[in-house]
Amino acid sequence: MKFNETDLTQLHEDLQTQKISAKELTKAAFDRIKETDDDVKAFITLNEDEALKRAEAIDNEGIAADKLLAGVPLAVKDNIVTKGLKTTAASKMLENFTPIYDATVIEKLNAQDFINVGKTNLDEFAMGGSTENSAFFTTHNPWDLTRVPGGSSGGSAAAVAAGDVIGALGTDTGGSIRMPSSYNNVVGLKPTYGRVSRWGAIAFGSSFDQIGWITNSVKNNALLTEIISGQDDHDMTSSDRQVPNWAANLNENTNVKGLRIAVPKEYLDEGIQPGVRAVINNALKHFEELGAIIDTDVSMPHTKYGVPAYYILASSEASSNLQRYDGIRYGFRAPDAKTLEEVYVKSRTQGFGDEVKRRIMLGTFSLSAGFYDAYFNKAAKIRTLIAQDFANVLKDHDLIMGPTGANPAFEIGSEIADPKTMYMNDILTVPVNMAGLPAMSLPAGFDNGLPVGLHIIGKAFDEQTIYNAGYVFEQTTDFHKQMPKLGGQD
Amino acid sequence: MNFETTIGLEVHVELKTHSKIYSPTPVEFGDEPNANTNVIDWAYPGTLPTLNKGVVRDGIMAGLALHAQISKHMHFDRKNYFYPDNPKAYQVTQSETPIAHDGWIEIEVNGKKKKIGIKEMHIEEDAGKNTHTSNYSYVDLNRQGTPLIEIVSKPDIASPEEAVAYLEALRQRIQFTGISDVKMEEGSMRVDTNISIRPIGSDKYGTKTEMKNINSFNFVKKALNFEQQRHEKVIMAGGTIAQETRRFDEATGETISMRTKEGSDDYRYFPEPDIPPLEVSDEWIQEIEDAMPEMPGERRARYTNDLGLSEYDAMVLTQTKEMSDFFEATIALGADPKKAANYLMNDVNSYLNDKQVDLQDTKLTPANLAGMIKLIDDGTISSKMAKKVFKGILDGQEPAAYAEKNGLVQLSDPAKLQPIVDEVLANNQQSIEDYKNGKDRAVGFLVGQIMKQTRGKANPGVVNKLLMKALNEK
Repeated sequence: MKFNETDLTQLHEDLQTQKISAKELTKAAFDRIKETDDDVKAFITLNEDEALKRAEAIDNEGIAADKLLAGVPLAVKDNIVTKGLKTTAASKMLENFTPIYDATVIEKLNAQDFINVGKTNLDEFAMGGSTENSAFFTTHNPWDLTRVPGGSSGGSAAAVAAGDVIGALGTDTGGSIRMPSSYNNVVGLKPTYGRVSRWGAIAFGSSFDQIGWITNSVKNNALLTEIISGQDDHDMTSSDRQVPNWAANLNENTNVKGLRIAVPKEYLDEGIQPGVRAVINNALKHFEELGAIIDTDVSMPHTKYGVPAYYILASSEASSNLQRYDGIRYGFRAPDAKTLEEVYVKSRTQGFGDEVKRRIMLGTFSLSAGFYDAYFNKAAKIRTLIAQDFANVLKDHDLIMGPTGANPAFEIGSEIADPKTMYMNDILTVPVNMAGLPAMSLPAGFDNGLPVGLHIIGKAFDEQTIYNAGYVFEQTTDFHKQMPKLGGQD
Repeated sequence: MNFETTIGLEVHVELKTHSKIYSPTPVEFGDEPNANTNVIDWAYPGTLPTLNKGVVRDGIMAGLALHAQISKHMHFDRKNYFYPDNPKAYQVTQSETPIAHDGWIEIEVNGKKKKIGIKEMHIEEDAGKNTHTSNYSYVDLNRQGTPLIEIVSKPDIASPEEAVAYLEALRQRIQFTGISDVKMEEGSMRVDTNISIRPIGSDKYGTKTEMKNINSFNFVKKALNFEQQRHEKVIMAGGTIAQETRRFDEATGETISMRTKEGSDDYRYFPEPDIPPLEVSDEWIQEIEDAMPEMPGERRARYTNDLGLSEYDAMVLTQTKEMSDFFEATIALGADPKKAANYLMNDVNSYLNDKQVDLQDTKLTPANLAGMIKLIDDGTISSKMAKKVFKGILDGQEPAAYAEKNGLVQLSDPAKLQPIVDEVLANNQQSIEDYKNGKDRAVGFLVGQIMKQTRGKANPGVVNKLLMKALNEK
């Protein structure tokens, strides 16, 4: 069974009416994973025995009507801690790390009796845009196995695209949910900063990190995001804003009439590949036909400073967050370390990959005495300017749209040696994290057979308007129904 | 050449909150290593801090007690450094926005009063503890995350004597707020010093040397005195002072170079992203101010004005909060303030000094002290017997029962004393004659005889009255 078109509400009904059992469903998910994952390599750890046991227990207990996720197989990015299940962050540093607690999002999913099929691949500590920085292996894009799935939540996006699961948890620090969603023709939403508790998400850039879902549809995304949202005593940055029932508003009456959509000129300039630009222009035209008002006379002048400022700020936070991996208490310790100094230096030298080290150095430098003002402080000021850009535009527009990425998925190995090019891929996604806003990548078409995502950015805590627009677009187009040609096609 | 001295003090005060500053684990001492730790204290992947609001409250109270300005907007900062007792490899502290700033406390040295400025105060977390054996090093994280207030003085302290007076005043004020035990010997108050000298009139400070964690006021004074003289000698001999951290050797009374600072450590401070900036409302500050316990100065004024104690007595009694609280409790039970003050200042204090213990470590209670004073007042015991009863109450004994049991109760009943008086008079006709001939000494002899008969238990006042009456009737 493939989950590409499965509707969560329908599935819940089928489980409740015992059309299918949780165990059958879970088995089906693992069957599909076995069909696809030799090629795709989306998973670092499969949780098969435990998942089947759990499914059987849930079948015995019966599917509760108020537990939408009871018996539903879902996947989890491997930088979100799961009690008793290895959580590696795709790093040698945590290769054998089995947490003793669950992230808040996992607790919420457990309360719904979900089935955790396994932990998905990512760029080490979520640093990267291709999963090539995974310490273990690279995930392949189901649409073209020679290409990257994007990153850092590449495993999660590829697993959804491959039909392994309805949805997979991701994290998004600078585009890590949206970029792979764009490359894989799936729906990814980074909620507003503070909407979802970060407790249990292995920290990268704490003031940017946010957990969210990559799913096969907008409505499923809304349903799943609602479940993981809300204030959490474990996370002081989580918001006590009420969590709406977004999906309840997604129905035949949902429309975009009169919706004011801004398309900043920087989002479709010459840096965007022509094929991508064409897809986005078509999507915008489609929204216009549906009654939305497209405003292209908009500028976000600080967009171009987003990438350098982001890489300074996020790397600075990362350099501090990753200091705890020192070989003393848990994780990797260099076997040849003889002194305290060696435990630190050798463990970190051998335990971290190149990209992680690059960012630790970048961040450490940016925070150093004598450079702080020129780098960290200046970048923090740019962050404020970028947030003001968004505030100005969203004052008289409901949404901002553009491409998620400037190009579709690139070939494995083509950019890994060129970090600057790799970083520039994030030019359209990182500003959103700098402003803490919610944003979605939505399947919008294809460029030479490769998926292109539409980037929809909303006001803080207004995920609803994003979901509405995404839902209407999805209902009136067929892009999301297209599936990659992958092993086990029927 | 004549020099002037500039001393800076950084005092760390450990707060008595129930739980740690950024995690809900209890603050307890003496438990098994790592018993009071959780995933946050271990810096386990994915964990986040949650700020204990009680620490902010205590920090504000300390700020108010030291006449400081409270910051209305504050955030926390990370101070980054690697060390095994520091599991996150950063300390969450305050760098840019101290909880309070620009305070002062008054000191008195050789009869001269002086205000010492307080530059700023931070709330932050303590580190764990490393223990080393020949083969292994151990890390105990029980102390990790214990809340601290760091109090940084302005360069107003001009002598080791002033430094100690500042520390005493600081300890006293913090102790009276009740937020900390402020005990040097238990580490709930820790002192780092820096000192420099310069020719009088020079507008530039000299190079300073630092000494960390000196563990008594006496050693602070000795160490600063030694450094002050060392600086002078070096400079007078044409040398220069190296900026360095030195260690005070308690055995020799000298300071020893530990490491030379080549430039300062780079802690790469930046704002802590996991704790949102904090707004402190005027209402909250007012609420804390209203809840603030009486400060020593206010108590002293009350003791002299309302209770009629001398300035000196009031000062001695408010030296520590323990003593002052004990005094308050004793007089609340009806004891005469002057008698209670005298017992505490003399008998109790000399006992504490003798045994080198704190008041709270003894079995003495306000109820028993008040009880004993009452027994003296109503004549049940004499002040001489009181010395014995005092030993009993130090041992936790109830004074009336103790006096009874040990035969320390005075014989005050005239009906019981009269026969003894009569008997003694009957047996000492010569003394009656002597008295009548104006020899007053005879009275003393007769009293002595009566006391002897009663084995010292007779109430001298009653005996005197009965005796005089009998003599005059003869």
